[in-house]
Amino acid sequence: MSYIRKVPNTWWLQRKPYFLFIVRELTSVAVAGYCGFLLYLMYALSKGPDEYSAAIGLITSPASYTLHMIGLLLVLYHTITWFNVTPKVLVFHLGEEKVPAVIIAGAHYAGWLATSALVAWLLLGTGTSV
Amino acid sequence: MAKTIELEIFRYRPEEESEPTLQSYEVPFNEEWVVLDAINYIKDEIDGTISHRWSCRMGVCGSCGMMINRVPRLTCAAFLKEYYPRKIRVEPLDGFPVERDLVTDMDMFVSKLTDVSPWIIRNEGEEKPVEEGTYLQSPGELAEYKQYSMCINCMLCYAACPVFALDTNFLGPAAIALGQRYNMDSRDQGRDQRQEVIASHDGVWHCTFVGECSAVCPKDVDPAGAIQRAKLSSTADYFKDLLMPWGKRK
Ligand code: FES
Repeated sequence: MSYIRKVPNTWWLQRKPYFLFIVRELTSVAVAGYCGFLLYLMYALSKGPDEYSAAIGLITSPASYTLHMIGLLLVLYHTITWFNVTPKVLVFHLGEEKVPAVIIAGAHYAGWLATSALVAWLLLGTGTSV
Repeated sequence: MAKTIELEIFRYRPEEESEPTLQSYEVPFNEEWVVLDAINYIKDEIDGTISHRWSCRMGVCGSCGMMINRVPRLTCAAFLKEYYPRKIRVEPLDGFPVERDLVTDMDMFVSKLTDVSPWIIRNEGEEKPVEEGTYLQSPGELAEYKQYSMCINCMLCYAACPVFALDTNFLGPAAIALGQRYNMDSRDQGRDQRQEVIASHDGVWHCTFVGECSAVCPKDVDPAGAIQRAKLSSTADYFKDLLMPWGKRK
Protein backbone atom coordinates (compact mmCIF):
# COMPACT_ATOMS: atom_id res chain seq x y z
CA MET A 1 0.00 0.00 0.00
CA SER A 2 1.39 3.34 -0.99
CA TYR A 3 1.46 6.04 1.61
CA ILE A 4 -0.09 9.43 0.74
CA ARG A 5 1.39 12.36 2.61
CA LYS A 6 -0.94 15.17 3.57
CA VAL A 7 -0.06 18.74 2.67
CA PRO A 8 -0.03 20.81 5.88
CA ASN A 9 -2.06 24.03 5.81
CA THR A 10 1.15 25.85 6.60
CA TRP A 11 2.93 24.68 3.42
CA TRP A 12 3.38 28.28 2.30
CA LEU A 13 5.26 29.12 5.49
CA GLN A 14 7.78 26.35 5.05
CA ARG A 15 9.88 27.83 2.27
CA LYS A 16 10.65 31.41 1.36
CA PRO A 17 9.65 31.17 -2.35
CA TYR A 18 6.22 29.85 -1.37
CA PHE A 19 5.77 32.60 1.17
CA LEU A 20 6.73 35.28 -1.34
CA PHE A 21 4.30 33.75 -3.81
CA ILE A 22 1.43 33.95 -1.33
CA VAL A 23 2.36 37.56 -0.55
CA ARG A 24 2.29 38.32 -4.29
CA GLU A 25 -1.14 36.73 -4.59
CA LEU A 26 -2.48 38.63 -1.58
CA THR A 27 -1.24 41.96 -2.90
CA SER A 28 -3.85 41.64 -5.64
CA VAL A 29 -6.45 42.31 -2.92
CA ALA A 30 -4.81 45.72 -2.42
CA VAL A 31 -4.84 46.34 -6.18
CA ALA A 32 -8.53 45.42 -6.45
CA GLY A 33 -9.34 47.40 -3.30
CA TYR A 34 -7.71 50.52 -4.68
CA CYS A 35 -9.57 50.15 -7.97
CA GLY A 36 -12.79 49.99 -5.96
CA PHE A 37 -11.74 53.11 -4.09
CA LEU A 38 -11.10 55.02 -7.33
CA LEU A 39 -14.51 53.93 -8.61
CA TYR A 40 -16.04 55.25 -5.42
CA LEU A 41 -14.32 58.61 -5.98
CA MET A 42 -15.78 58.79 -9.47
CA TYR A 43 -19.17 57.91 -8.10
CA ALA A 44 -18.85 60.70 -5.51
CA LEU A 45 -17.84 63.13 -8.25
CA SER A 46 -20.95 62.22 -10.25
CA LYS A 47 -23.09 63.01 -7.21
CA GLY A 48 -22.00 66.61 -7.14
CA PRO A 49 -19.58 68.91 -5.31
CA ASP A 50 -20.80 68.18 -1.77
CA GLU A 51 -20.36 64.42 -2.00
CA TYR A 52 -17.05 64.90 -3.71
CA SER A 53 -15.56 67.27 -1.17
CA ALA A 54 -16.73 64.92 1.59
CA ALA A 55 -14.81 62.12 -0.13
CA ILE A 56 -11.74 64.32 -0.50
CA GLY A 57 -12.00 65.16 3.19
CA LEU A 58 -11.85 61.43 3.87
CA ILE A 59 -8.68 61.04 1.85
CA THR A 60 -6.74 63.76 3.61
CA SER A 61 -7.07 62.19 7.05
CA PRO A 62 -3.89 60.73 8.67
CA ALA A 63 -5.47 57.27 8.64
CA SER A 64 -5.96 57.58 4.90
CA TYR A 65 -2.31 58.63 4.41
CA THR A 66 -1.17 55.56 6.32
CA LEU A 67 -3.48 53.32 4.30
CA HIS A 68 -2.23 54.89 1.10
CA MET A 69 1.39 54.26 2.06
CA ILE A 70 0.68 50.61 2.89
CA GLY A 71 -1.34 50.29 -0.31
CA LEU A 72 1.49 51.80 -2.32
CA LEU A 73 4.01 49.29 -0.93
CA LEU A 74 1.72 46.37 -1.70
CA VAL A 75 0.99 47.57 -5.22
CA LEU A 76 4.72 48.18 -5.83
CA TYR A 77 5.49 44.64 -4.71
CA HIS A 78 2.75 43.34 -6.97
CA THR A 79 3.95 45.30 -9.96
CA ILE A 80 7.64 44.52 -9.55
CA THR A 81 7.16 40.78 -8.99
CA TRP A 82 4.91 40.56 -12.05
CA PHE A 83 7.07 42.69 -14.30
CA ASN A 84 10.05 40.54 -13.40
CA VAL A 85 8.34 37.39 -14.67
CA THR A 86 7.07 38.90 -17.94
CA PRO A 87 10.08 37.54 -19.90
CA LYS A 88 8.82 34.04 -19.13
CA VAL A 89 5.52 34.74 -20.86
CA LEU A 90 6.66 36.95 -23.70
CA VAL A 91 9.33 35.22 -25.69
CA PHE A 92 10.43 36.79 -28.95
CA HIS A 93 13.11 35.78 -31.36
CA LEU A 94 15.13 38.16 -33.46
CA GLY A 95 16.40 35.83 -36.12
CA GLU A 96 17.77 32.92 -34.13
CA GLU A 97 18.49 34.95 -31.02
CA LYS A 98 16.07 35.21 -28.17
CA VAL A 99 15.32 38.76 -27.09
CA PRO A 100 17.06 39.03 -23.68
CA ALA A 101 14.90 38.99 -20.57
CA VAL A 102 16.15 42.38 -19.38
CA ILE A 103 14.80 44.01 -22.54
CA ILE A 104 11.33 42.50 -22.11
CA ALA A 105 11.12 43.36 -18.42
CA GLY A 106 12.83 46.70 -19.11
CA ALA A 107 10.17 47.63 -21.66
CA HIS A 108 7.52 47.12 -18.98
CA TYR A 109 9.40 49.32 -16.52
CA ALA A 110 9.85 51.95 -19.22
CA GLY A 111 6.12 51.87 -19.95
CA TRP A 112 5.39 52.19 -16.25
CA LEU A 113 7.76 55.14 -15.94
CA ALA A 114 6.25 56.87 -18.99
CA THR A 115 2.69 56.40 -17.71
CA SER A 116 3.64 57.66 -14.25
CA ALA A 117 5.39 60.67 -15.79
CA LEU A 118 2.30 61.43 -17.86
CA VAL A 119 0.03 61.23 -14.83
CA ALA A 120 2.43 63.36 -12.78
CA TRP A 121 2.55 65.94 -15.55
CA LEU A 122 -1.24 66.01 -15.83
CA LEU A 123 -1.67 66.44 -12.09
CA LEU A 124 1.26 68.66 -11.22
CA GLY A 125 2.81 70.08 -14.35
CA THR A 126 -0.19 71.79 -15.87
CA GLY A 127 -0.45 74.13 -12.94
CA THR A 128 -4.03 73.22 -12.09
CA SER A 129 -4.55 71.77 -8.65
CA VAL A 130 -7.08 69.11 -7.78
CA MET B 1 39.00 12.01 14.10
CA ALA B 2 37.46 11.70 10.69
CA LYS B 3 34.59 14.09 10.03
CA THR B 4 31.09 12.69 9.78
CA ILE B 5 27.72 14.07 8.73
CA GLU B 6 24.25 13.05 9.86
CA LEU B 7 21.64 11.93 7.37
CA GLU B 8 18.03 11.66 8.40
CA ILE B 9 16.25 9.30 6.06
CA PHE B 10 12.52 8.99 5.55
CA ARG B 11 11.55 5.38 6.24
CA TYR B 12 8.31 3.72 5.27
CA ARG B 13 8.01 -0.06 5.19
CA PRO B 14 4.37 -0.83 4.55
CA GLU B 15 4.58 -4.33 5.99
CA GLU B 16 6.03 -3.02 9.25
CA GLU B 17 4.55 0.38 9.89
CA SER B 18 1.46 2.33 8.94
CA GLU B 19 3.10 5.74 9.38
CA PRO B 20 6.49 6.83 8.05
CA THR B 21 9.37 7.58 10.43
CA LEU B 22 12.75 9.28 10.19
CA GLN B 23 15.91 7.30 10.81
CA SER B 24 19.31 8.88 11.46
CA TYR B 25 22.61 7.63 10.12
CA GLU B 26 26.12 8.93 10.65
CA VAL B 27 28.22 8.71 7.51
CA PRO B 28 31.81 9.76 6.76
CA PHE B 29 31.99 13.31 5.45
CA ASN B 30 33.80 13.30 2.17
CA GLU B 31 34.28 16.53 0.20
CA GLU B 32 33.66 14.77 -3.09
CA TRP B 33 30.55 12.94 -2.04
CA VAL B 34 27.08 13.80 -3.19
CA VAL B 35 24.00 12.91 -1.15
CA LEU B 36 23.46 9.86 -3.35
CA ASP B 37 26.94 8.57 -2.39
CA ALA B 38 26.01 8.91 1.25
CA ILE B 39 22.74 7.01 0.75
CA ASN B 40 24.59 4.30 -1.16
CA TYR B 41 27.13 4.13 1.67
CA ILE B 42 24.32 3.63 4.17
CA LYS B 43 22.75 0.95 2.02
CA ASP B 44 26.07 -0.89 1.48
CA GLU B 45 27.70 -0.48 4.87
CA ILE B 46 25.12 0.33 7.55
CA ASP B 47 21.58 -0.67 6.68
CA GLY B 48 20.78 -2.71 3.60
CA THR B 49 17.03 -2.35 4.07
CA ILE B 50 16.88 1.19 2.66
CA SER B 51 15.19 1.49 -0.74
CA HIS B 52 16.00 4.27 -3.19
CA ARG B 53 16.20 4.80 -6.94
CA TRP B 54 19.23 5.83 -8.92
CA SER B 55 21.09 4.87 -12.03
CA CYS B 56 23.47 7.14 -13.93
CA ARG B 57 25.05 9.12 -11.07
CA MET B 58 25.58 11.99 -13.48
CA GLY B 59 22.36 13.99 -13.77
CA VAL B 60 21.12 12.28 -16.91
CA CYS B 61 18.68 9.52 -16.02
CA GLY B 62 16.50 11.61 -13.71
CA SER B 63 15.78 8.77 -11.28
CA CYS B 64 17.51 10.00 -8.11
CA GLY B 65 15.31 13.02 -7.34
CA MET B 66 14.43 13.42 -3.64
CA MET B 67 13.58 16.13 -1.17
CA ILE B 68 16.81 17.31 0.45
CA ASN B 69 16.06 19.52 3.43
CA ARG B 70 12.61 20.09 1.90
CA VAL B 71 13.91 21.15 -1.54
CA PRO B 72 13.54 18.79 -4.50
CA ARG B 73 16.97 18.00 -5.95
CA LEU B 74 18.85 15.33 -7.85
CA THR B 75 20.73 13.55 -5.07
CA CYS B 76 23.59 12.84 -7.50
CA ALA B 77 24.06 16.58 -8.02
CA ALA B 78 23.78 17.73 -4.39
CA PHE B 79 27.14 17.75 -2.60
CA LEU B 80 27.41 16.97 1.10
CA LYS B 81 29.68 19.98 1.50
CA GLU B 82 26.79 22.28 0.57
CA TYR B 83 25.14 21.24 3.83
CA TYR B 84 28.00 20.30 6.15
CA PRO B 85 28.04 20.57 9.18
CA ARG B 86 24.24 20.75 9.21
CA LYS B 87 22.41 17.46 9.06
CA ILE B 88 20.68 16.46 5.85
CA ARG B 89 17.11 15.24 5.74
CA VAL B 90 16.25 13.09 2.75
CA GLU B 91 12.63 12.38 1.86
CA PRO B 92 10.84 11.01 -1.19
CA LEU B 93 9.63 13.59 -3.70
CA ASP B 94 6.65 15.58 -2.43
CA GLY B 95 3.27 15.18 -4.06
CA PHE B 96 3.67 11.51 -4.97
CA PRO B 97 2.48 8.46 -3.02
CA VAL B 98 5.34 6.67 -1.25
CA GLU B 99 5.82 3.02 -2.07
CA ARG B 100 8.71 2.37 0.28
CA ASP B 101 11.30 4.60 1.94
CA LEU B 102 12.56 6.98 -0.73
CA VAL B 103 10.76 5.32 -3.60
CA THR B 104 7.62 7.02 -4.93
CA ASP B 105 4.85 5.70 -7.12
CA MET B 106 5.26 7.59 -10.39
CA ASP B 107 2.41 6.05 -12.41
CA MET B 108 0.49 9.31 -12.14
CA PHE B 109 3.35 11.17 -13.79
CA VAL B 110 3.77 8.67 -16.60
CA SER B 111 0.08 8.83 -17.49
CA LYS B 112 0.20 12.64 -17.54
CA LEU B 113 3.11 12.48 -19.96
CA THR B 114 1.20 10.24 -22.35
CA ASP B 115 -1.88 12.48 -22.03
CA VAL B 116 -0.15 15.25 -23.99
CA SER B 117 0.64 12.94 -26.96
CA PRO B 118 4.38 13.62 -26.84
CA TRP B 119 5.25 12.65 -30.39
CA ILE B 120 5.11 14.33 -33.76
CA ILE B 121 1.56 14.35 -35.08
CA ARG B 122 0.89 14.98 -38.77
CA ASN B 123 -2.44 15.76 -40.37
CA GLU B 124 -4.01 12.85 -42.12
CA GLY B 125 -2.52 12.42 -45.56
CA GLU B 126 0.27 14.92 -44.87
CA GLU B 127 2.73 12.39 -43.64
CA LYS B 128 5.92 12.33 -45.70
CA PRO B 129 6.71 8.93 -47.18
CA VAL B 130 9.97 7.46 -45.87
CA GLU B 131 11.53 7.54 -49.37
CA GLU B 132 11.24 11.33 -49.37
CA GLY B 133 13.56 11.56 -46.42
CA THR B 134 13.36 13.42 -43.15
CA TYR B 135 11.56 16.69 -42.37
CA LEU B 136 14.11 19.45 -42.55
CA GLN B 137 14.39 22.04 -39.84
CA SER B 138 16.42 25.22 -39.56
CA PRO B 139 18.57 25.98 -36.50
CA GLY B 140 16.05 28.71 -35.65
CA GLU B 141 13.18 26.25 -35.73
CA LEU B 142 15.15 23.88 -33.52
CA ALA B 143 15.88 26.71 -31.06
CA GLU B 144 12.13 27.27 -30.64
CA TYR B 145 11.63 24.02 -28.70
CA LYS B 146 15.10 22.71 -27.86
CA GLN B 147 15.03 23.91 -24.27
CA TYR B 148 11.82 21.97 -23.61
CA SER B 149 13.31 18.82 -25.07
CA MET B 150 16.06 18.74 -22.42
CA CYS B 151 13.68 17.37 -19.77
CA ILE B 152 14.94 14.19 -18.06
CA ASN B 153 11.61 13.37 -16.37
CA CYS B 154 13.10 13.67 -12.90
CA MET B 155 9.80 15.01 -11.50
CA LEU B 156 11.52 17.64 -9.35
CA CYS B 157 9.18 20.22 -10.85
CA TYR B 158 6.14 18.27 -9.66
CA ALA B 159 7.61 17.97 -6.18
CA ALA B 160 8.19 21.74 -6.13
CA CYS B 161 4.66 22.58 -7.26
CA PRO B 162 2.20 23.33 -4.44
CA VAL B 163 -0.68 23.23 -6.91
CA PHE B 164 0.12 19.63 -7.79
CA ALA B 165 0.61 18.71 -4.12
CA LEU B 166 -2.85 20.08 -3.32
CA ASP B 167 -4.58 18.64 -6.38
CA THR B 168 -2.88 15.81 -8.22
CA ASN B 169 -5.33 16.14 -11.12
CA PHE B 170 -3.20 19.05 -12.33
CA LEU B 171 -1.43 18.05 -15.53
CA GLY B 172 1.71 19.61 -14.10
CA PRO B 173 4.90 21.33 -15.25
CA ALA B 174 6.90 18.66 -17.11
CA ALA B 175 3.91 17.30 -19.05
CA ILE B 176 2.86 20.76 -20.22
CA ALA B 177 6.45 21.65 -21.13
CA LEU B 178 6.63 18.43 -23.11
CA GLY B 179 3.40 19.29 -24.89
CA GLN B 180 4.87 22.70 -25.73
CA ARG B 181 8.00 20.98 -26.97
CA TYR B 182 5.93 19.31 -29.70
CA ASN B 183 3.59 22.24 -30.26
CA MET B 184 6.55 24.46 -31.08
CA ASP B 185 8.20 21.91 -33.33
CA SER B 186 7.90 23.04 -36.96
CA ARG B 187 7.34 19.41 -38.05
CA ASP B 188 4.33 18.94 -35.81
CA GLN B 189 0.65 19.57 -36.59
CA GLY B 190 -0.92 18.17 -33.43
CA ARG B 191 -1.46 21.32 -31.40
CA ASP B 192 -5.27 21.30 -31.66
CA GLN B 193 -5.34 17.74 -30.43
CA ARG B 194 -3.09 18.52 -27.46
CA GLN B 195 -5.02 21.69 -26.62
CA GLU B 196 -7.92 19.56 -25.38
CA VAL B 197 -5.71 18.43 -22.52
CA ILE B 198 -3.37 21.41 -22.15
CA ALA B 199 -6.02 24.14 -22.25
CA SER B 200 -8.44 22.22 -20.02
CA HIS B 201 -9.20 23.17 -16.45
CA ASP B 202 -6.71 20.61 -15.13
CA GLY B 203 -4.19 21.87 -17.66
CA VAL B 204 -2.54 25.29 -17.79
CA TRP B 205 -5.37 27.12 -16.04
CA HIS B 206 -4.68 25.29 -12.81
CA CYS B 207 -1.25 26.89 -12.64
CA THR B 208 -0.95 29.94 -10.39
CA PHE B 209 2.62 30.68 -11.49
CA VAL B 210 4.49 29.98 -8.29
CA GLY B 211 7.53 29.50 -10.51
CA GLU B 212 9.33 26.99 -8.29
CA CYS B 213 9.16 24.29 -10.98
CA SER B 214 11.61 26.31 -13.04
CA ALA B 215 13.75 27.18 -10.03
CA VAL B 216 14.40 23.51 -9.18
CA CYS B 217 14.74 22.20 -12.75
CA PRO B 218 18.25 20.73 -13.15
CA LYS B 219 18.12 21.15 -16.95
CA ASP B 220 16.84 24.74 -17.26
CA VAL B 221 13.76 23.56 -19.10
CA ASP B 222 11.73 26.38 -17.55
CA PRO B 223 8.37 24.61 -17.37
CA ALA B 224 6.81 27.68 -15.71
CA GLY B 225 7.64 29.67 -18.83
CA ALA B 226 6.18 26.93 -21.04
CA ILE B 227 2.93 27.00 -19.06
CA GLN B 228 2.57 30.79 -19.21
CA ARG B 229 3.23 30.77 -22.95
CA ALA B 230 0.61 28.06 -23.38
CA LYS B 231 -1.84 30.22 -21.40
CA LEU B 232 -1.11 33.14 -23.68
CA SER B 233 -1.62 31.15 -26.89
CA SER B 234 -4.78 29.51 -25.50
CA THR B 235 -6.16 32.95 -24.75
CA ALA B 236 -5.27 34.08 -28.25
CA ASP B 237 -7.16 31.04 -29.60
CA TYR B 238 -10.18 32.01 -27.57
CA PHE B 239 -10.27 35.53 -28.97
CA LYS B 240 -9.64 34.32 -32.50
CA ASP B 241 -12.59 31.94 -32.19
CA LEU B 242 -14.72 34.71 -30.73
CA LEU B 243 -13.89 37.33 -33.32
CA MET B 244 -13.56 35.06 -36.32
CA PRO B 245 -15.73 32.02 -35.66
CA TRP B 246 -15.62 31.17 -39.37
CA GLY B 247 -11.82 31.06 -39.53
CA LYS B 248 -10.44 27.63 -38.81
CA ARG B 249 -7.26 27.45 -36.84
CA LYS B 250 -4.38 25.58 -38.33
S1 FES C 1 21.33 9.11 -10.75
FE1 FES C 1 20.75 9.65 -12.77
S2 FES C 1 20.14 11.71 -12.51
FE2 FES C 1 20.93 11.22 -10.56
